[in-house]
Amino acid sequence: MIDAIAWVGRYSLNALTVLGRASMFLLRIFAALDAVVRRFGLTVWQVYSVGVRSLLIVVVSGLFVGMVLGYQGYITLVDFGAAEALGGVVALSLVRELGPVVTALLFAGRAGSALTAEIGLMKTTEQLSAMEMMAVNPYRRVFAPRFVAGFLSMPLLAAMFSAVGVMGGYIVGVGLLGVDSGAYFSQMQSVTDWNEDVLSGVIKSIVFGFVVTWIAVFQGMDATPTSEGISRATTQTVVVSSLAVLGLDFILTGLMFGG
Amino acid sequence: MSQPAAAETPHIVVEDLHFRRGRKTIFDGLSLEVPRGRVTTVMGPSGSGKTTLLRLIGGQLRPDAGRILVDGEEIGRLSTRRLYAVRKRMGLLFQTGALLTDLSVFENVAFPLREHTDLPEDILRTLVLMKLEAVGLRAARDMDPAELSGGMARRVALARALALDPELIMYDEPFTGLDPITMGQIVTLIRRTNHSLGLTSVLVSHDVNEAMGISDHVVLIAEGRVVDAGPPDALQARATDWSAQFLEGRPDGPVPFHYPGASYQDDLLDAGGRDHD
Amino acid sequence: MKMRFVELAVGVFVLLGVAALFYLAVQVSNITEYRDGDTYEVTAYFSNVGGLRVRAPVNISGVRVGRVSDIHYDPEAFEAKVTLAIRSEHDYLPADTQASIHTAGLLGEQFVALEPGGDYDTLQDGDQILFTQSAVVLENLIGRFMTNMADD
Repeated sequence: MIDAIAWVGRYSLNALTVLGRASMFLLRIFAALDAVVRRFGLTVWQVYSVGVRSLLIVVVSGLFVGMVLGYQGYITLVDFGAAEALGGVVALSLVRELGPVVTALLFAGRAGSALTAEIGLMKTTEQLSAMEMMAVNPYRRVFAPRFVAGFLSMPLLAAMFSAVGVMGGYIVGVGLLGVDSGAYFSQMQSVTDWNEDVLSGVIKSIVFGFVVTWIAVFQGMDATPTSEGISRATTQTVVVSSLAVLGLDFILTGLMFGG
Repeated sequence: MSQPAAAETPHIVVEDLHFRRGRKTIFDGLSLEVPRGRVTTVMGPSGSGKTTLLRLIGGQLRPDAGRILVDGEEIGRLSTRRLYAVRKRMGLLFQTGALLTDLSVFENVAFPLREHTDLPEDILRTLVLMKLEAVGLRAARDMDPAELSGGMARRVALARALALDPELIMYDEPFTGLDPITMGQIVTLIRRTNHSLGLTSVLVSHDVNEAMGISDHVVLIAEGRVVDAGPPDALQARATDWSAQFLEGRPDGPVPFHYPGASYQDDLLDAGGRDHD
Repeated sequence: MKMRFVELAVGVFVLLGVAALFYLAVQVSNITEYRDGDTYEVTAYFSNVGGLRVRAPVNISGVRVGRVSDIHYDPEAFEAKVTLAIRSEHDYLPADTQASIHTAGLLGEQFVALEPGGDYDTLQDGDQILFTQSAVVLENLIGRFMTNMADD
């Protein structure tokens, strides 16, 4: 019993120190942000490896999620004789929730884990140390461009996910199940509000992009410099950022749609 | 910086250095001097903190007490900006080379130039090819670091460390894990760069023969202190118990073969009477 | 050469992302309604607004002329006060225009329908619509229907 309490205490203290280190890390990245503007080429390169390379999985997933939504939504709505409302159901689910959340989870698995592994490997092979000894600040050269790239890519990926999802819903709903094409879009437009739904979805995806990239880059930097340490850090990135995304989604949804 | 008079002052001065990592004391009042323009080797058994010493000189670690002066500037007290300025004048060769894996050999050598200068592309190319030629790897410029052997990686790293024409270059265990031919190449390179460029070289090594062969000045450290220092011949001539054991590689002596602990007999008797979990 | 490819790929990526956002804006959401331009506001009191929400459409003969900009309960009138933002070009509404809350379809969203009257004076900014008809609450309707059935 006492042991269990001590365990909780030790665990909380650990979590607190990690959070402290991660915050310090974030502050240092903020201090290095001017380097991103000065050498935008580095960030462009990172948008490529973080964003462009996640494009395929995000678009394909978006299409399938939209198709499933179209199908499931139709089955539910048709019982109420409201199959015309399908467009609204598909669009709202995607734009508010599934777009930002599923994209963030995919992003954590695809780009986040890669970021952690890459930076962890750079640490293990002393590349970061070597940069420091060459008077090159890794925060400016390595961390800040990756951080900004992740942060910029997420909202774009989420928007693509939602857009492709709407088309997926259209393919199934209108193409296969015979919902009227005009009704699909007009109903969608009448229930989906730009400010309340689309923009709050975009805000969510910006927050998720921020958190996932922060966790990924930090885990890489904080990894124990061994191969086991890297693999643990990579797993940690996926686990912690997925949980963070789901938890934050709950909080953000409460804040934005609750009042 | 380097007036004629300064040539006589030591390049690096370490005074009464104390450093501990966790509960382990690594340096306990270490003092040494590195003469300018010479090859100095810091030797000591594994775990004696030789690499840590290089990191302290490079300012990646800060001493708990004592001072490290490089060109008269106290490394532990510099602002980040000043520290980076000092680092541009020093090169550190990591044991593994620590080449940037996402860049080609050429780009690795070009890296410090691109980061710190605004040279036009053709001049930069000339400079990089010169550095690569000096280490004999001009033809390997388009290879990826992953394709290089250990010795080649170290030579590329040397070209990179020399790219900004530093006044001081530090080698971390440059001979470890090399075959005799590569070892010979590295030894020649270290000797040649030191002589032709007139820079100060600091080696950290436990390979006695190679290190003694190319050094002008040798510092022996153990248990956080300097055991002996001086030119290689003098050191060998006046070898004390400890340094003789180290230099000749005897398995037992002042440094015991057995890690210190309870006596074997006590341990065995103890184990018989008690249960282990 | 490699850099050129990366730049192109990133360019396409960003354009696709912006295109997706644009698609969400014009095709999926109601951003077109934000181009309402100048509006004037009139108020109307309803004893029950049902499921009416802010931003719901305001129609005349089924044509959208504005939207609901505010709904709150007026503690002095003991009724819900609904503010309607009507586009300025529709400045011809007679002062005795009637406002009622309708439902699109049986379960659809609710909107405000305006029924122009015959007055020569027109509604101005800040005026109040006097004739209103509250939302039809389905339960009440069914309840009344059931009692009528029982009476028969």
